[in-house]
Amino acid sequence: MAVTVRIPTPLRKLTGNQSEIREEGGTIREVLKNLEVHYPGIGERLTDESGELRRFINIYVNEEDIRFQDGLDTKIKLGDEVSIIPAIAGGAE
Amino acid sequence: MNEEVTLPAVLGEEILAHCRAVRPEEGCGLVAADASGRPVAVIPIANALHSPVRYQMDTREQFDAMKRIRREGWSLWGIFHSHPHSEPSPSPTDIRLAYYPECYYLIVGLSTDPPKLRCFTMVDGRVSEAALTLVP
Repeated sequence: MAVTVRIPTPLRKLTGNQSEIREEGGTIREVLKNLEVHYPGIGERLTDESGELRRFINIYVNEEDIRFQDGLDTKIKLGDEVSIIPAIAGGAE
Repeated sequence: MNEEVTLPAVLGEEILAHCRAVRPEEGCGLVAADASGRPVAVIPIANALHSPVRYQMDTREQFDAMKRIRREGWSLWGIFHSHPHSEPSPSPTDIRLAYYPECYYLIVGLSTDPPKLRCFTMVDGRVSEAALTLVP
Protein backbone atom coordinates (compact mmCIF):
# COMPACT_ATOMS: atom_id res chain seq x y z
CA MET A 1 0.00 0.00 0.00
CA ALA A 2 1.13 3.55 -0.58
CA VAL A 3 1.93 5.99 2.16
CA THR A 4 3.20 9.53 2.17
CA VAL A 5 6.82 9.95 3.25
CA ARG A 6 7.95 13.40 4.33
CA ILE A 7 11.56 14.01 3.36
CA PRO A 8 13.61 16.44 5.47
CA THR A 9 15.54 19.15 3.69
CA PRO A 10 18.99 17.53 4.18
CA LEU A 11 17.85 14.49 2.16
CA ARG A 12 15.98 16.26 -0.61
CA LYS A 13 19.01 16.41 -2.87
CA LEU A 14 18.58 12.63 -3.08
CA THR A 15 14.88 12.88 -3.99
CA GLY A 16 15.06 15.46 -6.75
CA ASN A 17 14.09 18.12 -4.20
CA GLN A 18 10.76 16.45 -3.46
CA SER A 19 9.52 17.07 0.07
CA GLU A 20 6.86 14.37 -0.06
CA ILE A 21 7.00 11.01 -1.76
CA ARG A 22 4.41 8.29 -2.23
CA GLU A 23 6.00 4.96 -1.45
CA GLU A 24 4.85 1.37 -1.10
CA GLY A 25 5.34 -0.91 1.87
CA GLY A 26 3.59 -2.68 4.72
CA THR A 27 6.22 -1.78 7.31
CA ILE A 28 8.69 1.03 7.73
CA ARG A 29 11.49 -1.38 6.79
CA GLU A 30 9.79 -2.10 3.46
CA VAL A 31 9.15 1.56 2.79
CA LEU A 32 12.83 2.37 3.40
CA LYS A 33 13.90 -0.46 1.05
CA ASN A 34 11.64 0.92 -1.66
CA LEU A 35 12.92 4.42 -1.07
CA GLU A 36 16.45 3.17 -1.69
CA VAL A 37 15.33 1.48 -4.93
CA HIS A 38 13.80 4.70 -6.23
CA TYR A 39 16.28 7.15 -4.68
CA PRO A 40 19.66 5.43 -4.45
CA GLY A 41 21.82 6.63 -1.60
CA ILE A 42 19.02 7.52 0.76
CA GLY A 43 19.11 4.14 2.50
CA GLU A 44 22.60 4.54 3.93
CA ARG A 45 21.63 7.91 5.35
CA LEU A 46 18.81 6.29 7.31
CA THR A 47 20.09 2.88 8.36
CA ASP A 48 23.49 1.49 9.34
CA GLU A 49 25.43 -1.49 8.00
CA SER A 50 23.30 -3.89 10.04
CA GLY A 51 20.13 -2.41 8.66
CA GLU A 52 19.07 -0.68 11.86
CA LEU A 53 17.94 2.90 12.14
CA ARG A 54 20.82 5.31 12.58
CA ARG A 55 21.05 6.89 16.01
CA PHE A 56 20.43 10.42 14.79
CA ILE A 57 17.48 9.54 12.57
CA ASN A 58 13.96 9.61 13.97
CA ILE A 59 10.96 8.27 12.09
CA TYR A 60 7.39 9.06 12.99
CA VAL A 61 4.26 7.33 11.71
CA ASN A 62 1.60 9.97 11.95
CA GLU A 63 2.14 11.31 15.49
CA GLU A 64 4.19 8.47 16.96
CA ASP A 65 7.91 7.73 17.09
CA ILE A 66 8.55 4.21 15.73
CA ARG A 67 11.12 3.65 18.50
CA PHE A 68 8.17 3.47 20.87
CA GLN A 69 6.33 1.09 18.55
CA ASP A 70 7.94 -1.82 16.71
CA GLY A 71 10.89 0.10 15.30
CA LEU A 72 11.50 -0.60 11.62
CA ASP A 73 8.92 -3.39 11.80
CA THR A 74 6.18 -0.93 12.70
CA LYS A 75 3.23 -1.69 10.44
CA ILE A 76 1.71 1.04 8.37
CA LYS A 77 -1.65 1.35 6.74
CA LEU A 78 -3.10 3.18 3.79
CA GLY A 79 -3.06 6.91 4.30
CA ASP A 80 -0.41 6.94 7.02
CA GLU A 81 2.13 9.73 7.00
CA VAL A 82 5.74 8.78 7.59
CA SER A 83 8.07 11.60 8.69
CA ILE A 84 11.84 11.28 8.60
CA ILE A 85 13.41 13.66 11.10
CA PRO A 86 17.18 13.92 11.53
CA ALA A 87 18.01 14.82 15.13
CA ILE A 88 19.45 18.25 15.77
CA ALA A 89 22.34 18.06 18.17
CA GLY A 90 25.74 19.49 19.02
CA GLY A 91 27.34 21.37 21.84
CA ALA A 92 30.44 23.05 23.14
CA GLU A 93 32.32 19.82 23.83
CA MET B 1 32.93 36.32 6.36
CA ASN B 2 31.17 37.11 3.10
CA GLU B 3 27.47 36.47 3.55
CA GLU B 4 25.33 39.08 5.26
CA VAL B 5 22.39 37.89 7.34
CA THR B 6 19.74 39.98 9.05
CA LEU B 7 17.61 38.89 11.97
CA PRO B 8 14.85 40.96 13.58
CA ALA B 9 16.21 42.13 16.95
CA VAL B 10 13.10 40.89 18.72
CA LEU B 11 13.90 37.36 17.58
CA GLY B 12 17.48 37.74 18.73
CA GLU B 13 16.16 38.77 22.14
CA GLU B 14 13.89 35.72 22.27
CA ILE B 15 16.85 33.45 21.53
CA LEU B 16 18.94 35.11 24.24
CA ALA B 17 16.08 35.01 26.74
CA HIS B 18 15.58 31.27 26.25
CA CYS B 19 19.29 30.51 26.49
CA ARG B 20 19.58 32.58 29.67
CA ALA B 21 16.51 30.90 31.16
CA VAL B 22 17.90 27.38 30.82
CA ARG B 23 21.48 28.22 31.81
CA PRO B 24 23.65 26.42 32.95
CA GLU B 25 22.29 23.93 30.42
CA GLU B 26 22.78 24.59 26.75
CA GLY B 27 19.62 26.06 25.25
CA CYS B 28 18.43 25.22 21.75
CA GLY B 29 15.65 25.83 19.28
CA LEU B 30 14.63 26.67 15.74
CA VAL B 31 14.07 29.84 13.76
CA ALA B 32 11.42 29.80 11.06
CA ALA B 33 11.17 32.05 8.03
CA ASP B 34 8.08 33.07 6.11
CA ALA B 35 7.54 32.41 2.42
CA SER B 36 9.73 35.39 1.51
CA GLY B 37 12.61 33.95 3.52
CA ARG B 38 12.41 36.50 6.33
CA PRO B 39 12.86 35.09 9.85
CA VAL B 40 9.55 35.42 11.68
CA ALA B 41 9.50 33.05 14.65
CA VAL B 42 11.71 31.54 17.31
CA ILE B 43 10.66 28.12 18.60
CA PRO B 44 12.59 27.10 21.73
CA ILE B 45 13.00 23.35 22.12
CA ALA B 46 14.00 21.42 25.24
CA ASN B 47 17.54 20.09 25.40
CA ALA B 48 16.93 16.40 25.97
CA LEU B 49 20.46 15.98 27.35
CA HIS B 50 20.09 18.73 30.01
CA SER B 51 23.83 19.26 29.70
CA PRO B 52 26.01 22.38 30.00
CA VAL B 53 28.22 21.19 27.12
CA ARG B 54 25.93 19.20 24.78
CA TYR B 55 22.48 19.49 23.33
CA GLN B 56 20.08 17.29 21.47
CA MET B 57 16.65 18.63 20.71
CA ASP B 58 13.79 16.75 22.32
CA THR B 59 12.50 14.56 19.51
CA ARG B 60 8.80 15.14 20.17
CA GLU B 61 9.19 18.89 20.45
CA GLN B 62 11.30 18.96 17.29
CA PHE B 63 8.65 16.94 15.45
CA ASP B 64 5.89 19.28 16.66
CA ALA B 65 7.93 22.34 15.69
CA MET B 66 8.58 20.99 12.19
CA LYS B 67 4.86 20.31 11.80
CA ARG B 68 4.03 23.83 12.93
CA ILE B 69 6.54 25.28 10.48
CA ARG B 70 5.01 23.25 7.65
CA ARG B 71 1.43 24.16 8.55
CA GLU B 72 2.21 27.86 8.83
CA GLY B 73 3.76 27.81 5.36
CA TRP B 74 7.13 28.66 6.89
CA SER B 75 10.50 27.08 6.31
CA LEU B 76 13.30 26.13 8.66
CA TRP B 77 15.70 29.07 8.52
CA GLY B 78 17.99 28.57 11.47
CA ILE B 79 19.06 26.37 14.34
CA PHE B 80 20.26 28.01 17.53
CA HIS B 81 22.00 26.78 20.64
CA SER B 82 24.08 28.27 23.41
CA HIS B 83 27.57 27.75 24.75
CA PRO B 84 27.05 28.77 28.38
CA HIS B 85 30.72 28.76 29.31
CA SER B 86 32.63 29.27 26.10
CA GLU B 87 32.95 31.29 22.93
CA PRO B 88 30.10 31.06 20.43
CA SER B 89 32.02 29.32 17.70
CA PRO B 90 31.27 25.87 16.31
CA SER B 91 32.90 23.07 18.27
CA PRO B 92 34.08 19.86 16.57
CA THR B 93 30.85 18.29 17.90
CA ASP B 94 28.75 21.06 16.35
CA ILE B 95 30.46 20.58 13.00
CA ARG B 96 30.26 16.78 13.08
CA LEU B 97 26.55 16.79 13.88
CA ALA B 98 25.52 19.65 11.58
CA TYR B 99 22.99 17.86 9.43
CA TYR B 100 21.11 20.81 7.96
CA PRO B 101 23.48 22.49 5.50
CA GLU B 102 20.82 24.84 4.16
CA CYS B 103 20.23 26.36 7.61
CA TYR B 104 22.00 29.08 9.50
CA TYR B 105 23.49 27.92 12.77
CA LEU B 106 23.20 30.61 15.41
CA ILE B 107 25.37 30.20 18.49
CA VAL B 108 24.93 32.21 21.65
CA GLY B 109 27.92 32.74 23.92
CA LEU B 110 26.90 33.44 27.50
CA SER B 111 30.39 33.69 28.97
CA THR B 112 30.59 37.40 28.17
CA ASP B 113 28.48 40.37 29.17
CA PRO B 114 26.75 41.25 26.96
CA PRO B 115 26.31 37.82 25.41
CA LYS B 116 27.49 37.23 21.86
CA LEU B 117 25.36 35.91 19.01
CA ARG B 118 27.14 34.63 15.92
CA CYS B 119 25.89 33.03 12.73
CA PHE B 120 27.47 30.25 10.70
CA THR B 121 26.81 27.87 7.88
CA MET B 122 28.19 24.37 8.15
CA VAL B 123 28.29 22.31 4.99
CA ASP B 124 30.09 18.97 4.84
CA GLY B 125 32.42 19.98 7.63
CA ARG B 126 33.19 23.40 6.18
CA VAL B 127 32.32 26.31 8.45
CA SER B 128 31.70 29.85 7.22
CA GLU B 129 30.73 32.74 9.43
CA ALA B 130 28.07 35.11 8.14
CA ALA B 131 27.90 38.76 9.17
CA LEU B 132 24.85 38.86 11.41
CA THR B 133 22.98 42.14 11.83
CA LEU B 134 20.06 42.57 14.18
CA VAL B 135 17.47 44.88 12.60
CA PRO B 136 14.44 46.64 14.06
